[in-house]
Amino acid sequence: MKVLIKLFATFRNERFKQEEKDLPPGTTIRQVVAQLEIAEEALGMVMLNGRHTPLDQELSEGDTLSLFPLVGGG
Amino acid sequence: MNKIYRVNMTDLTTSVEDCPAEWAGLGGRGLTSAIVAAEVPPACHPLGPNNKLVFAPGLLTGTPAANSGRLSAGAKSPLTGTIKESNAGGSAAQLFARLDIKALIIEGQPKEDAWYKLALSKDGVKIEKETALVGKGNFAVVEAVQAQKGKKTGVISIGPAGEWRMKAANISVMDPDGKLRSHGRGGLGAVMGAKKIKYITVDGEGAPAVKIADPEKFKTAARTFAKALLDHPVSGEGLPTYGTNILINVLNEAGGLPTKNFRYGQFEGHDKISGETMHDIITARGGKTKHGCHAGCIIQCSQEYVDTSGVYVTSGFEYETIWGFGANCCIDNLDHIAEADHLMDDIGIDSIESAVIMGVAMEAGILPWGDGPGVNRLLREEIGKGTPLGRILGNGAAEVGVAYGLTRVPVVKGQGIPAYDPRSVKGIGITYATSTMGADHTAGYSVATNILKVGGDVDPLKKEGQVELSRNLQIATAAVDSTGLCLFVAFPVLDIPEALTAIVEMLNARFGLSLTGDDVTALGTSILKTEHAFNQAAGFTNAHDRLPEFFATEPVPPHNVVWDFTDAEIDEFWNF
Ligand code: SF4
Repeated sequence: MKVLIKLFATFRNERFKQEEKDLPPGTTIRQVVAQLEIAEEALGMVMLNGRHTPLDQELSEGDTLSLFPLVGGG
Repeated sequence: MNKIYRVNMTDLTTSVEDCPAEWAGLGGRGLTSAIVAAEVPPACHPLGPNNKLVFAPGLLTGTPAANSGRLSAGAKSPLTGTIKESNAGGSAAQLFARLDIKALIIEGQPKEDAWYKLALSKDGVKIEKETALVGKGNFAVVEAVQAQKGKKTGVISIGPAGEWRMKAANISVMDPDGKLRSHGRGGLGAVMGAKKIKYITVDGEGAPAVKIADPEKFKTAARTFAKALLDHPVSGEGLPTYGTNILINVLNEAGGLPTKNFRYGQFEGHDKISGETMHDIITARGGKTKHGCHAGCIIQCSQEYVDTSGVYVTSGFEYETIWGFGANCCIDNLDHIAEADHLMDDIGIDSIESAVIMGVAMEAGILPWGDGPGVNRLLREEIGKGTPLGRILGNGAAEVGVAYGLTRVPVVKGQGIPAYDPRSVKGIGITYATSTMGADHTAGYSVATNILKVGGDVDPLKKEGQVELSRNLQIATAAVDSTGLCLFVAFPVLDIPEALTAIVEMLNARFGLSLTGDDVTALGTSILKTEHAFNQAAGFTNAHDRLPEFFATEPVPPHNVVWDFTDAEIDEFWNF
């Protein structure tokens, strides 16, 4: 299944801005995070199709997964 | 700190008095709101002789506490008609503290058509006539003061927008690099203009260091506090690297980035104006990605944005401004927005209100969507020259909406709604609706918990928990705004318990007190209640705590949600 992965802020360093990945069915967000070698403690927001989502969520065809470190502003 | 300086512009006299006991425990917003509530008749005209303009440094300002250099300004607001506090960085607050000035209260109004300047120093406050700089922009004022009095003198000034008493006019404060910070919201620049004061200088020559009751205890607490700021990923890494503009991509992904005057929650051109892109542009052009708006800021969310030849354009280039001129007006060119930021600093007009004004101006057909040069022309040629159209624009988004017969006018109590859509970030909608200041995201930044997942987790698309969240944050914010600490310390404070303890310890060590965390909460509560009582006496009721109608009837994509709080649910906010 095809999933669009978007990375932001420092997560982009030495990785990518966005990439479409072909993942086996049943892949969870946690597995993607591990493959990207992002430490779970470093995660701020995890959004699946624009909504905050737990790491155990399985991905589906056509999903957009966005990962952010902890950031803030105002 | 125990002196209160009074300047009476009606008879051009000044006086100094000792701070009365009931104000001794107050600073910053707590003090400006207490003074306005005690001394300004709530029903007065904000531009008339009965309004007062108050400046006060925070309780910790002038000490070595990190990020403690904020100055509060308060008055009855010409934009909202409510009580107003607006705080800013810059060097003036720390000079106030060193000069032992607890507050400066400016009252009355000159009868003759002349302009004045005020000079504060260890010898007191002087009123002098001013002619040379009248009609000039803020940068010219700063340059002239620096040439005459040196670079260390603090400057607080208004631009032409304030002189013309435009309701969106701000008050500028010079930063340590001779650039500008602003008391942006609520049109306080118009109040200063109505008092006929073009600028105030603050000379710290010969002023001693701020006294600390228990220096050892203070040092320990200050160290813990600074460590928390540097350890937390938001204040220690995100803000210094990308500035507040890191939020463009965040809000775009969450569907809460108001686009095309609050039609959509996402903007196609988001990446071109994002914090990540801005960081790359500044680095490539040789600008500065990190910069503090006052001495002792260790977060440094500010930056210096330069043009393609490396020449300075603007600093303090904030998410709010970039959202407003960017997504909200459909402009995807950072250089155009940076030029707008520079123009607004010079003219002396609030960048958030101006952003909402421009969105409404596009709605009105005054200029096409996405027209960056057009926006800058309106700022320079219309608002900056005080033309009839410029006067309408400069009086705020609500007035533009009235002048052009529009219904899609995003304001609460007459003040433009900032950079988070209340339909898809519902917690911030409660803050916009209920804040004593009119629509103001900083009054209770529910975005932290709704979107950024700092200080807990409340679903941004659901109503549950939002009223309580906004209330807790508004109380905490009123207290922080009284300390003189930059509000961005809230990110580590929400997550690291030692940081809050350290703030209480610093207050105790500074004044020889034994406050607890509960006392700080009680302070926040009493400030909110004082402000709310002023507003009620000025004619505001629960019926003013509402968002514009279109938020309830037009779903915002991509989540297609509406503003669905009942009046009774919103009114629960004040039950404390
Ligand atoms: S973090 Fe930003 S707003 Fe706060 S004091 Fe520093 S530069 Fe100013």
